[in-house]
Amino acid sequence: MTDRYDAIVIGAGHNGLVCAALLAKGGKKVLVLEANEQVGGAAVTREFADGYSVSACAHLLYQLQPKVRKELGLSPKLASDAMQTIALSQDGEHVRYAGADVRGVGGADVTSYRRFHTQMSRFADLLNTYLNTTPPRLGTSEFKDLATLARLGFDLRRLGREDMRTFLRLIGINIHDEVTERFESPLLRGAVSFDAVLGTHLGPRSPNTIMTYLYRLAASHGRLAVPQGGMGTIAEELAQAARTAGVTIRTTMPVKRIVVENGRVAGVETATGERFHSATVVSNADPKRTIMELVGTRHVETGFTRRISHIRMRGNAAKLHLALDGLPAISGLAKAEFGERLVIAPDEHYVERAFNPAKYGESSAEPVIEMTLPSFRDPSLAPTGKHVLSCVVQYAPYALEGGWTDAAKEAFTKTCIETIVRYAPGLESRITASELLTPADIEREFHITGGHWHHGELALDQFMFVRPVCGAAQYRMPLDGLYLCGAGAHPGGGVSGAAGRNAARRILREQAA
Amino acid sequence: MSAREVPQGRLRTPFYSRLAELDTLNAWHTWKGYTVPDALYCADTEYFAIRNSTAVFDLTPMTKYRITGPDALVYIDRLVTRDMSKIRPGRVAYAVWCNDQGQTIDDGTIFHLREGEYRLCSQERHCAWLMDSAIGLDVSITDETADVAALAVQGPTSFATLSRMGIDGLGELKPFGLMHVDFDGFELMVSRTGFTGDLGYELWTAPENAVSLWDYLFAAGEITGIRAMGTDALEQARIEAGYIMAYIDFLPANATMRTGRTRSPLELGLDWLVDFKKPNFNGRRALAEEKRSGSTWRLVKLDIEGNKPAHHAYIFADRKGRKNIGFVTSATWSPVCKQNIALGTVRMPLGAPGSELWVEIFYQREMHWSRVMARAEVVDKPFWFPKRRGLTPPDLV
Repeated sequence: MTDRYDAIVIGAGHNGLVCAALLAKGGKKVLVLEANEQVGGAAVTREFADGYSVSACAHLLYQLQPKVRKELGLSPKLASDAMQTIALSQDGEHVRYAGADVRGVGGADVTSYRRFHTQMSRFADLLNTYLNTTPPRLGTSEFKDLATLARLGFDLRRLGREDMRTFLRLIGINIHDEVTERFESPLLRGAVSFDAVLGTHLGPRSPNTIMTYLYRLAASHGRLAVPQGGMGTIAEELAQAARTAGVTIRTTMPVKRIVVENGRVAGVETATGERFHSATVVSNADPKRTIMELVGTRHVETGFTRRISHIRMRGNAAKLHLALDGLPAISGLAKAEFGERLVIAPDEHYVERAFNPAKYGESSAEPVIEMTLPSFRDPSLAPTGKHVLSCVVQYAPYALEGGWTDAAKEAFTKTCIETIVRYAPGLESRITASELLTPADIEREFHITGGHWHHGELALDQFMFVRPVCGAAQYRMPLDGLYLCGAGAHPGGGVSGAAGRNAARRILREQAA
Repeated sequence: MSAREVPQGRLRTPFYSRLAELDTLNAWHTWKGYTVPDALYCADTEYFAIRNSTAVFDLTPMTKYRITGPDALVYIDRLVTRDMSKIRPGRVAYAVWCNDQGQTIDDGTIFHLREGEYRLCSQERHCAWLMDSAIGLDVSITDETADVAALAVQGPTSFATLSRMGIDGLGELKPFGLMHVDFDGFELMVSRTGFTGDLGYELWTAPENAVSLWDYLFAAGEITGIRAMGTDALEQARIEAGYIMAYIDFLPANATMRTGRTRSPLELGLDWLVDFKKPNFNGRRALAEEKRSGSTWRLVKLDIEGNKPAHHAYIFADRKGRKNIGFVTSATWSPVCKQNIALGTVRMPLGAPGSELWVEIFYQREMHWSRVMARAEVVDKPFWFPKRRGLTPPDLV
């Protein structure tokens, strides 16, 4: 039969592509089915207004795992690299930081930030080792699991008594306590707090927001880059690597269901009724969509169903795209600095207050915003002399009270623009087009339940050994032949490729055995 | 929402007024929130009614769920370990259900009332588990415990009693069959089921018909030796029948804290209920693994020498008691078998049918404790399994 594959990957998100490419390199005949026209999932570049293109979801590259880069021979062309974060102040006294260096704050904060960044990077390195490996199962007597656990314990000890204690103290607590203890500058406190809660349904005072901060630093210590041509080029490069390895990628092929026969996976069926056969199906879709919709709960057990249905995955980050007919003016910002990452998070309380309404299904009246002007260094994204402003805006809860109606979206867009205008007066007159992608839109367009960019909240109870759920954290689902390879599996979201790589390695090892 | 009166204290079953009239002991306890008698006159007399005439037990407090909807069969088939597609409408299945780890949550009976309409009866309540099992399926689950009044009518003359009462067609009802009858203007469901291991039936109707049903029944049973019974007699009878009980012979898996305190169906002697031909059911993966690698425990039926019931006794592999291999979970003297019997749990691979084990029985005489090591034989069959139990039609006695 021609349409029989060794493995079928559902979804050509970046993790799906990484997984497919590595499986193919391992000698498997792999088919990738993507619902959308473009590959990349949420890592895509697309036109949102005539002549204006933007990375539709993720717009900064900082989590791509070096191992993924190396194994697939990726060398993405970067429009910007080692970008600064500029925490904007209305009076033009901005705070700028990159790596361990911070400017625009007092001497004490400079030292303190350096120490903070160094220590956090050290912890992040430890974390990163385990982001790139299948988490061990707890409560088994399997040698490999025990060995990994023992190594984790050993690695913790190796931090030294002082750092180990600090690590264990910090891993569960909130970023707010840390930034207030360490820094004086409200701007620095605000920006670091924001870094920790980006993409989550968490505020700076929520537990385990140090963990999310470490997660952000894990791959490259938070070194920010923007790929030339937007995030879509990363996906294209991954797709190319996959095709070179022999993977067949078919787009506009939404999978309707995973076919289960005699209690095991037998292939997939597309929305048009086409069937593809394979004893191995790897889902890049989020765990909820995979189990509840594609597989159907009747094919799995009750306890597993319950856990999957309880995964917290309500997105809270919206994406706002503005087409500008010229550069805005921001007081205190040199022209060259428009290529950096700009942040509106004036202090840690502001971030928490932005989060407060989200708890009750309301969007922030004063949102926190991360802005980039990708067209500044990459003119291909906008007509000559014009610009694209790409913003991640929080908080825009998925389950907005009353729903994300056109009126609600318009109102929130207005709120966001008003917030930006406080820092960039006159910006409103430069806007020629805008697009707001709420978590509801992200769910619809990128097929991510809840529009959550991690495919499930990044929290200690959904992390490592228990991601996506307890008993199924090793990529293999409790249905023979079914695997997860997306952000919903260990370790989580971000354009990192870690989940896809770990899953591929796991599958290859299991099938070799 | 309109205000609803919430009963205070123990609930009374719709048969309470009749039970209270017959009661002479005033020995009551709580069963799932209802007040029920330990015994009404004398547990022994009531026990002998089960074995020699007709005993009536009020099983209204038994947990009852109605399961309906297009996916009802898919739902139940995934819930329990046996193949429910074989259970046609009008049939009843004894079944066991497990968690994902293949550990027993409870056992019970599932009545296929009408096409696609089921009633699940169990000792324990399972609302959360049943609702979670419904996620993603088009099925509706209703707790109908209080909406159905039920009586068990058990014993050799139970068929004669019910026939005299005027239930037509009862003679054709096979064991584990059920029928709907129009009785004196109300709807009555009769099933040939029970928890005594004897010939017997269970009657199910709406609570408002309860008293009248009781009166008809007792009028019909006057010459067939009918007696109401309490839970003490039932407990003795069910051990004779080899039936296990939640919280006594096993712990519901979701009620345990410690690992290793649960039991799989394979460890409870219920492997005949586990159908590995079904592609998926709760616990299948774990049970298949257990079948491959072997179980830890085995449920044993013990025929013990002597006449001292082996309550809570340790079980040993040798007379000297050097090797403790398990313990007794249920024990009683069986008057009808004239045997000292018990159910117990022992470590595999010990306790195979026919093997000899030793049971350490402590007993008290005038405050002082004595201990005896009693020889016990592991038996395969239920201690009590009279021919009449399987006979269709049963003898009119």
